[in-house]
Amino acid sequence: MGRIIIQRTFGAGVTLLVLSGLTFALLALMPGDPVDLLAGADPRMTPDDIARLKALYGVDKPFWERWISWLGRLAEGEFGYSRMFGAPVADVLPEALLRTLSLAIAALAISTVLGIAGGALAALKPGSIFDYGANFLAFAGVAAPSFWLALMGMALFSITLGWLPASALPADPDAGFFERARHLILPIAVLAALETAAILRHARAAVGEALTQAHVQTARSKGLSDFRIIWRHVLPNAMTPLVTVLALDLGALASGAVVVEVMFGYPGMGKLLYDAILGADYNLAMAVLLLGAGAILLANAAADVAYAALDPRIGFGKAET
Amino acid sequence: MTALVMNTTETPTRRAWIRFRRNRAAMLGACLLVVLALSAIFAGAITAVLGLDAEAVDLASRYAPMSAAHPLGGDELGRDVLARLLQGGQVSLSVGLAAAVAAAGIGAAIGLLAGFQGGLTDSVLMRITDGMLALPVLPLLIVLAAVDPTKLGMSADSGGAASVVRIVLIVALVGWPGASRLTRAAALSARAQDYVRAARAVGVHPFRIAVRHVAPAAAGPVIVAATLAMGQVILFESILSFLGLGIQPPLASWGAMLAHAQDTIWERPMLAIWPGVAIFLTVIAVNFVGDGLRDALNPRAVENR
Repeated sequence: MGRIIIQRTFGAGVTLLVLSGLTFALLALMPGDPVDLLAGADPRMTPDDIARLKALYGVDKPFWERWISWLGRLAEGEFGYSRMFGAPVADVLPEALLRTLSLAIAALAISTVLGIAGGALAALKPGSIFDYGANFLAFAGVAAPSFWLALMGMALFSITLGWLPASALPADPDAGFFERARHLILPIAVLAALETAAILRHARAAVGEALTQAHVQTARSKGLSDFRIIWRHVLPNAMTPLVTVLALDLGALASGAVVVEVMFGYPGMGKLLYDAILGADYNLAMAVLLLGAGAILLANAAADVAYAALDPRIGFGKAET
Repeated sequence: MTALVMNTTETPTRRAWIRFRRNRAAMLGACLLVVLALSAIFAGAITAVLGLDAEAVDLASRYAPMSAAHPLGGDELGRDVLARLLQGGQVSLSVGLAAAVAAAGIGAAIGLLAGFQGGLTDSVLMRITDGMLALPVLPLLIVLAAVDPTKLGMSADSGGAASVVRIVLIVALVGWPGASRLTRAAALSARAQDYVRAARAVGVHPFRIAVRHVAPAAAGPVIVAATLAMGQVILFESILSFLGLGIQPPLASWGAMLAHAQDTIWERPMLAIWPGVAIFLTVIAVNFVGDGLRDALNPRAVENR
């Protein structure tokens, strides 16, 4: 057990390190470094000034030298300074992280319950209207552009019906909990709808698979109720593959969160990233990208470990394929 | 010779076609795709016949309702929505097709190399593939779209056709892992076949084995992967264009049309419906066809599901 945990954590760490180098290289390819931006704001700067400043801040060095010094600063717990916010990146991140987590966790909780319930229902009655409905929803959820779903939600619930606000934050910063929650209904619903479609497909397959097993047939022949069979005999078996799939879907959930945050004006990690890249705030972009990637890689590693722990057939040593 | 083979009932291609034809969703998707493709190819002719113009600004028909003159109404500048939808489809579908072919090509090359070489090459390539599959795609797309082409030694021109080439490249760079996975699996199973082992025993050069004996066995999965990738890359293009990072004016894709629709959504929420429906139908049709092809080309997959 300990071995696989170390193996997976180490793997995630190496991936993250490589990823940080790649991201750094890509950000170095973006238009304008901090000194160019400074020069653009101050027409009195001469080319000599610019060259001197570039040498002073080290932005004229090749990207890998800057990457190594960035890593060194990171090791000291230093994320750098955000140009856009005029504050250390470390001060900007926690609030955004909290916002994104509350959005994503709410959506994930809703869609896990709906997706598994729907998938189980569809698997129990193959060929029924539920089965076709679930299948169609699963296909539709993959094919519908997330931003379009958000647009349609706004058009219907905010504009035509006027039930829900179209922005994720109330105009009044001192609004109470319920007012703030009301503003989050639409963003959460859009994100949950997308995620439900993804889970539905996997849940249908996993439950269908578990239903064919002999002990379930026995439970059926004993005359147990469908609910009891699903709850006691099927779900525990179906959960193992589902956990892995859910972890793999986190990437899609994060992409969806970026879209929803940008469209509903919700200042979480996704909107921060979008603004940081368009606003050439590379320290902030770097921190957001790596924090997000790190969280998802860790979740995947955790799912692998859980998978091995839940399924005794998977040898701990043989997990590496 | 070919005609003779085609007429016998038991060629693999024919069996696959029979299986495909039995799949109602796949056939529906295929018909839908043909209609969409034809309407994109003949977009110019269709608009001309209907007397519409995708670029004519006519403030009198600003936000016009649906009518005989403007079947889907007018947009914020009074341009005809149907004509723009057809023109946008041309861009969206050709970007999707080009990027899907490119993505499947990249993925097939990587998958073939990984599956055929095995060992360390395989582990490293599959680590990368798995990483690409697990990590969120959109941040990567946004980062790639923000890269300054001049810093890579390319021309600074970014309007019109250059934006199309750029977006095809970006989207293909992100859309390949699915194809890589499928090709690797096919290459792995082909590698263990007797005819490949025989070729190896005779001393055929590994590159020749890969190209002559393993690649054809992977053709089916690559076709499936290219089809499924097309749905994905169309979504990628639409979202980048929606965020203003993709297709640049004067060209319009469906995603770019939705970006305008968002600006005017409080005045005319209806404008946001059509381009989205077009994307949705295209992607769902492509996915139906892709799933149908997978089942048709690999009969064992049906039993396993």
